[in-house]
Amino acid sequence: MAHVWRMIAQRLALGLLTLFVVSIIIFGATELLPGDFAQAVLGQAATPEAVANIRRELGLDQPVYMRYFDWLFGVLQGDFGTSLAQRGRPVTDMILSRLGNTFFLAIYAAAMAVPLALTLGVLVALWRNSLFDRIANSTALSAISFPEFFVAYILIFVLAQSGYFPSMARMPAGADLGEKLYRAFLPALTLTLVVTAHMMRMTRAAIINLLASPYIEMARLKGMRQSRVIVHHALPNAIAPIANVVAINLAYLITGVVVVEVVFVYPGLGQLMVDSVSRRDIPVVQAIALIFAAAYVLLNLTADVISTLSNPRLLYRK
Amino acid sequence: MTLLMFFVWLAVVIAVSIALAWGFRAVATAVTQGEMQRALRNAPLTAAFGMLVIFVYLVVAILAPMIAPFPEREVVGSQFMPWSAEHWLGTDALGRDMFSRMIYGTRNTVGIAFATTALAFLIGSVFGLLAATVGGWLDQGLSRLVDVMMAIPSLIFALLLLTIFGTSVITLIMVIAVIDSTRVFRLSRAVAEGVVVMDYIEAARLRGEGLVYLITREILPNVTAPLVAEFGLRFCFVFLSISALSFLGLGIQPPTADWGSMVRENATLITFGDITPLLPAGAIALLTVAVNFVVDWQLYRASGLKE
Repeated sequence: MAHVWRMIAQRLALGLLTLFVVSIIIFGATELLPGDFAQAVLGQAATPEAVANIRRELGLDQPVYMRYFDWLFGVLQGDFGTSLAQRGRPVTDMILSRLGNTFFLAIYAAAMAVPLALTLGVLVALWRNSLFDRIANSTALSAISFPEFFVAYILIFVLAQSGYFPSMARMPAGADLGEKLYRAFLPALTLTLVVTAHMMRMTRAAIINLLASPYIEMARLKGMRQSRVIVHHALPNAIAPIANVVAINLAYLITGVVVVEVVFVYPGLGQLMVDSVSRRDIPVVQAIALIFAAAYVLLNLTADVISTLSNPRLLYRK
Repeated sequence: MTLLMFFVWLAVVIAVSIALAWGFRAVATAVTQGEMQRALRNAPLTAAFGMLVIFVYLVVAILAPMIAPFPEREVVGSQFMPWSAEHWLGTDALGRDMFSRMIYGTRNTVGIAFATTALAFLIGSVFGLLAATVGGWLDQGLSRLVDVMMAIPSLIFALLLLTIFGTSVITLIMVIAVIDSTRVFRLSRAVAEGVVVMDYIEAARLRGEGLVYLITREILPNVTAPLVAEFGLRFCFVFLSISALSFLGLGIQPPTADWGSMVRENATLITFGDITPLLPAGAIALLTVAVNFVVDWQLYRASGLKE
């Protein structure tokens, strides 16, 4: 077991390192501004005094590395600084209430998409080159090519118009789980449709790759039942590619969530981010970018660990 | 009943597309000759459909001012007029002709996406080929930089950069091109790695050829094929991310006619059961589907797979 823990610790350390560098990029990007932050926020017409004031308030008179470490230590303690657009309001306040909503939506969508995509992926791989496979493949290829907002508006047009589901996903504070699931159904379904297509195609490719290998042919030639070949011989080896597929697509949810939240006026991080971008509220954007990037890095890390665990050759590599 | 109608329409649209694709393939096979004709004759209907759509978009983009009945930015009626003989698709929130804006949108949206993809390829392949050819610290440095940039989801990264540089078409093109060039860098570096170790490169090096000659004359011709296939896929990604940003109000800015922002401006109509705002979104979807179909066919051809 020791080497397993060592491997996980190694991956975690690597992930932390990545996050550290990502935080430098997210923070350092503001340094690319011609002139500086204070000038950009106030615009050309600002008086020199006003600019100097803001600069002092934001600590811009300090050297870059000092400001970076101040920010980083703040972040580690859950303090993302204060918003520029809404003077003095802590960013953490603005984020906290929405963080839960966004994760709820992402998990909701994942819970629908993952089983659906994996089942469909295995089925089309088994019946490949059949009519079902062709239809599923063309549909998936089309769905991948659709912008998220197109899928969302089609769903609104078809489902919300007929009054089955609400098209505005406002989340009342005291709503119970059933109510929340009902209200968030259309945004979650949009994400599911977009992600399922990707995931199904990748699962299909992973399984077809496996089914072409000689040991599967051998099992078939022995006269083994098709279902047993799949469950006992193909699936254990498919865990690694499938874990990767799932992780990549859940990471994809992170970007999908932004657009979908805006379409359905869902009170999540994505919507806050878009609003903050147009208001040029840099601390808020930095905080949300860091959260999304952390989730992304973490998902990729998990996929990496799972695929290593499922493959003894990778686990016991010299 | 709405749901049923939706499926009926879907079936009609699919039937018409198949017929059009079949017709286009027949015409294309008739006017071409030799190798090209053989390839076209064996093209699946999906690929024929894709080529037809791309062809139509190109014609519309080039001839936009001649086809559009009204100017791009002029208010020509009252707000949200319904479909009529004069304004085919009605008017938008400011009273501009929707049909004309759709047509100009072809030029703007597709043009900007194409320029961005081209820029991304220029940046990505130049650095990718340099990294592979020079190797050493340059390769290490660039590769690690790209690794880190790819650790941030691209839409999130784009939003961060747009906050900092503000939203204008030029910054939009630059930001998306730089972010997307990381993917091109990966591919071109990987492909060039395989070429750099060939004997003829060694020979050219021993001849004393310079770096520019090595890259443009010896390596580039041998890595073009995979890069061209990637261009189609990248174009789809770039097109979708620019549309998404425009839809969020952070991409192409008004009054330029653009499909993403047209959806945003007229989205309220959907709740009244009017499908007009879906049309620009559909136009985006149709083009990406078409490009994907063609790329799929080309990849299949290049891979030499047979059923």
